Amino acid sequence: MRLRCPICGERDRREFYYQGAAVMLDRPAPDAGEAAWDNYLHLRENPAGDLEEVWSHDAGCGAWLKVTRNVSTHEIKSVELAREVKQ
Amino acid sequence: MADLIAKTPLDSMEPVTIGTCTVTEANLGTLTSIAPYAGAKIADTFKTAHGMAWPAPNRATGKDGARAIWFGRDMVLLAGPDPDAGLAKHAALTDQSDAWTAVTLGGADAEAVLARLIPLDLSPANFKRGHTARTQIQHMTGSVTRIGADTFLLLVFRSMAGTLLHDLERAMASVAVRG
Ligand SMILES: [Zn+2]
Repeated sequence: MRLRCPICGERDRREFYYQGAAVMLDRPAPDAGEAAWDNYLHLRENPAGDLEEVWSHDAGCGAWLKVTRNVSTHEIKSVELAREVKQ
Repeated sequence: MADLIAKTPLDSMEPVTIGTCTVTEANLGTLTSIAPYAGAKIADTFKTAHGMAWPAPNRATGKDGARAIWFGRDMVLLAGPDPDAGLAKHAALTDQSDAWTAVTLGGADAEAVLARLIPLDLSPANFKRGHTARTQIQHMTGSVTRIGADTFLLLVFRSMAGTLLHDLERAMASVAVRG
């Protein structure tokens, strides 16, 4: 599997660290309430298709990336800098 | 205070030649990471101060004795001169001089040797002089830069000096034995 880092270009999967579902980019407000925080910390969708994820190019440029990956086929649909997604 | 003797990461080893390739410890001088603050415009200041361009991602500028090596997202490594004080207005400057092992690998089979260690296409068509990458060198995170037609500059953390030399020697021997 290869990922196209927006900064470094296409790189082998071994250069990346997998963090988890991209829900981590949507941190609830401190006062959002127990349900929102429970959902943010513990509850994840489990689709057999496209999933938005957070990866780190930790053996490359160090950027955090938002990756859309088909978890059934491992097809990489898109890779964006998490910094730009957040802004 | 005792008179302490500074050792280089590879203890000033003699160059090692196996087959067509030679590993040489490189003394790059002062190493400074330059991390521009958000929105900072550092390129002109840098060029005026150090006489070389601020490198784009995956590129290195300068030459032997004074290089600017792109070193990751929003970071450049200045190798050689002490950083100009004016840069501090635009960026966080951190002395890294004792933190890195630097070697050059040169020789006709240098690309074949590195192909055993680095998961990148380093052929001249794809990785020209002045191209650089942050990537893996065997199991280490490192920096690789093409500084000549058949010469590469490699950097890994200082604590990995022995492992880098070991991995390079194994790869050089493996290429050499194929003749
Ligand atoms: Zn990258």
